Amino acid sequence: MTAQPHINLQAPAQRNHVVGKSHAGWADRLFIEGGKGLLLVLLVVAVLLPLLAMLWRGFGGDGGGLGAAYELFSSANFRWLLFNSLSVSTTVALIVVPLAYLFAYALQRTLIAGKGVWRAISLLPLMAPSMLPGIALIYLFGNQGILRGLFADNIYGFWGIVLGEVIYTFPHALMILISALSLADARLFDAASSMGASPWRAFRSITWPGSRQGVFAAFCLVFTLTITDFGVPVVVGGDYQVLALEAYKAVVGQQQFGRGALIGMVLLIPALLSFGVDMWLRRRSRDSMSGRAQVYHPQPSRLRDSVFLGIVILVCAALLLVFGMAIFSSLVKFWPYNLSLVLDHYSFSDLPGGWSAYSNSLILATCSAVFGSLLIFTGAYLMEKTRQNTLTQILRMLSFIPMAVPGLVLGLGYVFFFNLPSNPLSGLYGTLTLLVVCTIAHFLTTAQMTASTALRQLDGEFEAAALSLKMPLAKHYLRVTLPICLPALLDIIRYLFVSAMTTVSAAIFLYSPDSMLAAVAVLNMDDAGNVGGAAAMSTLILLTSAGVSVLLATVSRGLLMRSQAWRQADERNLKPLPTGGASRLAGAA
Amino acid sequence: MTQHNMQVRGIHKGFGAFQALDGVSLDVEAGELVCLLGPSGCGKTTLLRCIAGLEKQDRGSIVIGSRDVSNLPPQARDYGILFQSYALFPNLSVAQNIAYGLSGDSREVVRARVSEMLELVGLLGSEKKYPGQLSGGQQQRVALARALAPKPSLLLLDEPMSALDARVREHLCGELRQLQKNLGVTTLMVTHNQDEAMLMADRIAVMNQGHVEQYATPQQIYNQPATPFVAEFVGQGNWLPFACGQDGSARVGGLQVQLPQAKALQQGRLFCRPEAVVINPHEGIDNQFHAQMRDVTFLGNRCRMNFELTDLPGLTLQAELSPEAMPRLASQDIRVALPSSSLQVFA
Repeated sequence: MTAQPHINLQAPAQRNHVVGKSHAGWADRLFIEGGKGLLLVLLVVAVLLPLLAMLWRGFGGDGGGLGAAYELFSSANFRWLLFNSLSVSTTVALIVVPLAYLFAYALQRTLIAGKGVWRAISLLPLMAPSMLPGIALIYLFGNQGILRGLFADNIYGFWGIVLGEVIYTFPHALMILISALSLADARLFDAASSMGASPWRAFRSITWPGSRQGVFAAFCLVFTLTITDFGVPVVVGGDYQVLALEAYKAVVGQQQFGRGALIGMVLLIPALLSFGVDMWLRRRSRDSMSGRAQVYHPQPSRLRDSVFLGIVILVCAALLLVFGMAIFSSLVKFWPYNLSLVLDHYSFSDLPGGWSAYSNSLILATCSAVFGSLLIFTGAYLMEKTRQNTLTQILRMLSFIPMAVPGLVLGLGYVFFFNLPSNPLSGLYGTLTLLVVCTIAHFLTTAQMTASTALRQLDGEFEAAALSLKMPLAKHYLRVTLPICLPALLDIIRYLFVSAMTTVSAAIFLYSPDSMLAAVAVLNMDDAGNVGGAAAMSTLILLTSAGVSVLLATVSRGLLMRSQAWRQADERNLKPLPTGGASRLAGAA
Repeated sequence: MTQHNMQVRGIHKGFGAFQALDGVSLDVEAGELVCLLGPSGCGKTTLLRCIAGLEKQDRGSIVIGSRDVSNLPPQARDYGILFQSYALFPNLSVAQNIAYGLSGDSREVVRARVSEMLELVGLLGSEKKYPGQLSGGQQQRVALARALAPKPSLLLLDEPMSALDARVREHLCGELRQLQKNLGVTTLMVTHNQDEAMLMADRIAVMNQGHVEQYATPQQIYNQPATPFVAEFVGQGNWLPFACGQDGSARVGGLQVQLPQAKALQQGRLFCRPEAVVINPHEGIDNQFHAQMRDVTFLGNRCRMNFELTDLPGLTLQAELSPEAMPRLASQDIRVALPSSSLQVFA
């Protein structure tokens, strides 16, 4: 053991065959630092600076400042708006969350038939702009609605807004609660029944503690979505005004930017509060499910299943009625006098540019989905799988901001930042490019969390193994990481596409006549009294979103089938592979 | 395969306030298999990751062959690594996994090399299978083939056996060792399992709290542990506190004990392996005492007996003996010997 064959410490340490490999190191550095740098630029320019611009405008600038703030907040009008917003949002949350909980419970903890169908129907509101439920309500309960006798006065006002928001926010709450109820440890239920606990007692001591955090999160999300939405109030609000609508009117109608910024800041408060509390709760309850948990399979129970089936059918029937009404009304020649079915409303003749709004939306949605998903997924990859440093930490923090910022507030920030003449980027204002940037930034957090979840399920040593085999990281990412995570990537693409098609909250402040969008056109046509046209455009958006979702789901399923050889085999032996995290992709505010 | 030696010099690595590696030095000879053995948290995995370039050491140098790789990125260090999880790419076939590190070569060369590697690990015919379709042992062999395919100067094994069940483990240890010997590739293996280390290593570096306690052959580690930690961590043993009288004789409790050699110690601890304890010794053996048998555990090929020395009650000692020796132990009262030649003296 003491013989040392060929040690020569004096020999020059570094030799030439390192040189050939330093090329690979250089490419890796470009991929890692370049990717992170790009993400940093996007987050700073598209999220941080606009928000700071809004704060600056609210506290400083003309029309803002502390004096203006005091004047606004102490006015009776503002207090009336605030009271209206709070009562609408609270009412909506109190209706939606219990309803969504029952629905989610039916899907996750009972044995009712047709779960896939009910789930698909319940997701319909995600596929359309928030104005669509409002429009359908007018045709159902409005002055000339087919069911107008059901409401004492008419639909315009408090209950109209509440009903519209209930429909609009239902799937968002449902997604959170489905995922909250998906975790159940069968051993706990076995233990409870062996000790003679009734189903109700088991629910109170096992199911409810496990899901109440989801209930809180759903409540916060519904509250925030409702208080910042102006799509429903603008259609069915009538004289009942709310804050979100006021911010929209102040900026778009009256050019009162300071006032808009101040209201935007008020609307940011509930979002920030609920975001903070949710993060705190999440950290506290981490790892409450142990790794050895066994999957819970509900036992058959005819009474329970028929009750829940009844609830589910009622909810789905209501949703189908609303969406069917919207589609039907878009085909009616002249409501309510001539009910013959025609495609007149689909000509969009009184819309400047006509169909170009729809094609603009298609371009926006496609670009946001393609560029956004690649940027977000690659960014998440670099954040998860490369060496952690200060830049990674900064990126992590910045990428959580969009989650806490409602679209309305982000849009206002864009007005204040990109509309500054001194901003070298002001040339982007009003272009589709800026709309793409804004859409990606707006929906970044949820998409990135899906990507991170998928990436974390991969073996942490894949990258180390690739490096030891001298494979450039970018090439490894394309050859191994992306193919394995393809279902999650398609999920992100679908989420970004549908969100871009349906959102008005930020886009309403950023479009120009050349970059008119379909969802914005719905709002404008409704405003101009062309409710038939608005219904037609809403229907187009609905069909496009649903069609693309089905298409991507089919592609995803096809890919899963093709890769079945390794995916299924792998699940037996190794960690389960990511198949996509649909449950996370709900919170499009 | 060309053989390379490796010198690790004074590696320091801290994580915040925690000093994971505290000046570790290690020479590995060309073609040698060295095991880093230690409890979890001792720094053995950190050392492996520093050598692999996956962690950056704070101080110290790593030389493989004649190349100083201390500051090179992992891609430029020229090693193959076998992870605990194997890290096989599930979407690539066995052949594609093995060819992953052969990107610069022509298609024909790659195909030939893949076949060669598969033959080496005994998996010819599995080219088109996916990792998920293989058993754990087969996956390990594919991962090994993948690590060795680019002919690295150094092979690193990170707890390679811990994902396998005990029965497969011993068999694969022997197989892996044979393969390593045939190829003559310099190998560094991390493990917390002393049986694996004993079975496979040319030399074992026992690590504790960021430094190397002893670096020697398995026989030396077992028979002449350099520190109490090594004695305790590897195998079983009995500890007896002793004090030295004025006349230089050592006393354990009230008993006079003969030491292997004179030590200039006021007091210390004696260490004795259970199998070195002699039951019913004949006259020629020193350090004979009366003892009380407490209980006997049957372990298949051997028996373990717990006993107390009659003049030293309260301290339970262990002896291991063959089952044939048992019937002769008819009574509770026995005589034992702790031969001085088998005693280790620690301060």
